[in-house]
Amino acid sequence: MEFIRPTTGRRTRRLFAFAAVAASVALVASGCASGSDVGTGAGAEGDLSVTFIPKQLNNPYTDVVLGGGQDGATAAGFTGIEVVGPLEASASSQVSFINAETQAGTSVIVIAANDPDAVGPALEEARAAGAKIVAFDSDTNPKYRDVFISQVVAKDVALIQVKLIAEQIGGSGEIAILSATANATNQNEWIKFIEEELASNPDYTDITLVAKVYGDDDDTKSFQEAQGLLQAYPNLKGIISPTTVGIAATARYLSTSDYKGKVALTGLGLPNEMRPFVKDGTVTAFALWDPAQLGYVAAFAGKALADGTITGAKGDKFDAGDMGEREVGADGLVIVGPPTTFNADNIDDYDF
Amino acid sequence: MTLTSPAPSQETPPKTARRATRDFASVLRWREIPVTIALIVLVGLTYLANPLFLSQQGVKDLLLNATIVIILAVGQAMVIITRNVDLSIGSILGIVAFSTGTLFVAVPGIPIVLVFLTGMALGALLGAVNGLLVTIAKVPSLVITLGTLYIYRGLNNAWAGGTQYFAGDRPDNFGALSVDTIAGFPLITLIAIVVVVIVAIFMASTRPGRDLYAIGSDPEAAKLFGIPVTRRVLLAFLSNGILAGLAGVLYASRFNSVGATTGTGLEFDIVAAAVVGGVAIFGGSGTVAGAAIGALLLTTITSALTAIRVDKFWQQAIVGLLILAAIIIDRVARIRTQKKLRLSEARDV
Repeated sequence: MEFIRPTTGRRTRRLFAFAAVAASVALVASGCASGSDVGTGAGAEGDLSVTFIPKQLNNPYTDVVLGGGQDGATAAGFTGIEVVGPLEASASSQVSFINAETQAGTSVIVIAANDPDAVGPALEEARAAGAKIVAFDSDTNPKYRDVFISQVVAKDVALIQVKLIAEQIGGSGEIAILSATANATNQNEWIKFIEEELASNPDYTDITLVAKVYGDDDDTKSFQEAQGLLQAYPNLKGIISPTTVGIAATARYLSTSDYKGKVALTGLGLPNEMRPFVKDGTVTAFALWDPAQLGYVAAFAGKALADGTITGAKGDKFDAGDMGEREVGADGLVIVGPPTTFNADNIDDYDF
Repeated sequence: MTLTSPAPSQETPPKTARRATRDFASVLRWREIPVTIALIVLVGLTYLANPLFLSQQGVKDLLLNATIVIILAVGQAMVIITRNVDLSIGSILGIVAFSTGTLFVAVPGIPIVLVFLTGMALGALLGAVNGLLVTIAKVPSLVITLGTLYIYRGLNNAWAGGTQYFAGDRPDNFGALSVDTIAGFPLITLIAIVVVVIVAIFMASTRPGRDLYAIGSDPEAAKLFGIPVTRRVLLAFLSNGILAGLAGVLYASRFNSVGATTGTGLEFDIVAAAVVGGVAIFGGSGTVAGAAIGALLLTTITSALTAIRVDKFWQQAIVGLLILAAIIIDRVARIRTQKKLRLSEARDV
């Protein structure tokens, strides 16, 4: 007995020490996490809280969207504004964040889905608990959300990219697409419209789409995919990259290789990221919308849903602050605005 | 006991030296040859299928793709040879690459040499932390560096946030390091070749270098033999950190953006390169030249499969097969050496 007591004592002490360490680590960690809170999370009854769940944190494009979202949420009158999300854009990585918001009783969840279905069950639970779901940037399956805020009409995005590449390659030749992940909803929708436009528009009969490759929104991978495209398709005249990471990586490769000025590149890019490549002649023109407006409108849509002003039905109208009145279209779709084309003449007017 | 042990050691130096060279030759025969042949066959077949593969731009791309992986694989080989592993290198590379981007923006006109030195110093610091934790805490390096993988990545995330620095933020001279060539070799590839040569000489013909092999073969015996195991293992981790730092600076020179996620997931590619290049995962054998060829092989496979338009999925499957092949070759070599040793020892007695 006497032998056992000190041993158990030591063991309990050790357990205590471990628990203490674990608890303090958790406290420090939660302290760090709450650093991104803008307002007070758990407010009094009647206070509305909103949480933004982007595809991935620490992504420059997402940062601009979220900046607009936070401005919008403050203007719309949310008291608790939070941004949480995974550090990698994988299909299931957002689920645990959604579950945490359900438990915290958040009124509105604004999400850019990495996978349209993987987040479904978690979002259904959140709705059952009373949360309103606003999808933005990349849609979930429509049955899991109330409204989807789209930057632009998906078809317009596709058309402007086809038009730009057609101009840059002189209306004929082989082109390829360098996308993000193979299952990204927005990318695939644009690619589908690009393919349809190439097949149906008589102006583009001489343009052949020879390959679609995926750089997973990773700088290194996109860089090597661009390299591979040029090697595998020696007659390639142009590349469309409908993702900000992909177009910048491809531009970097082209600008450092023999292909500079010989192979055209367009797509969706951030002006700040693309400026040097437009100035050095690697890229003539590319397109995008103002990402901040997207977050801004999403925040107001969330407020209108939480207030009960709208339900997400077709024809519902809500006030979006500085962006004026917005109308919900078919399938709960809300459009923010037309895409902008950036070239050497206007790129210096934009800072994002 | 005291009498018998010094007696053979006085006699054996020439014999052990001879055996060492013989073993070294057999190691060469078994370990670097297969991977080199695989590389030549791969390049040859791809060239026949797509002549553009070996165009001037094609060769330059192949070398550039391999450069950073080669430097990391050489460092990793030093660590693996001591029967350790460093999984945190992707995170170290990320932090150093981001700090390089920061440095050019924060201190306009900073000399490029100074940026290299700063990056390598930061890498050395992070590598030394790994080394100290492994040697002092006596916890397997797999666990320690898995921890520092996340800690370093967390630091990088906290520091960088959503900030990214782009090629346009860095001076043209710096970016030109990965564009300009001398006799067809990009400048950063020449840096990698110099690194391989220096480390190879260190490992093959200096006392501390040979000690690393001894430690990896049998850590207990190495300690009994009087090898300063702690200091040597620390040295391996420190050198690996310096090389990861160098790779981080070169990454910033070559690629467009450096930010919070730069270098994520790199570690397994690097361990794979070293293993495929004939560095035994349980330590004690393999060469840094082999690791470098392994790195060249793995990066070339990616390019080759793209050049002949094979699905990306196959690339990963092929890398997996190569790792298994390397392990089987290692096993066969080990059995043969043991048999030879047993025979020669029997003759000695």
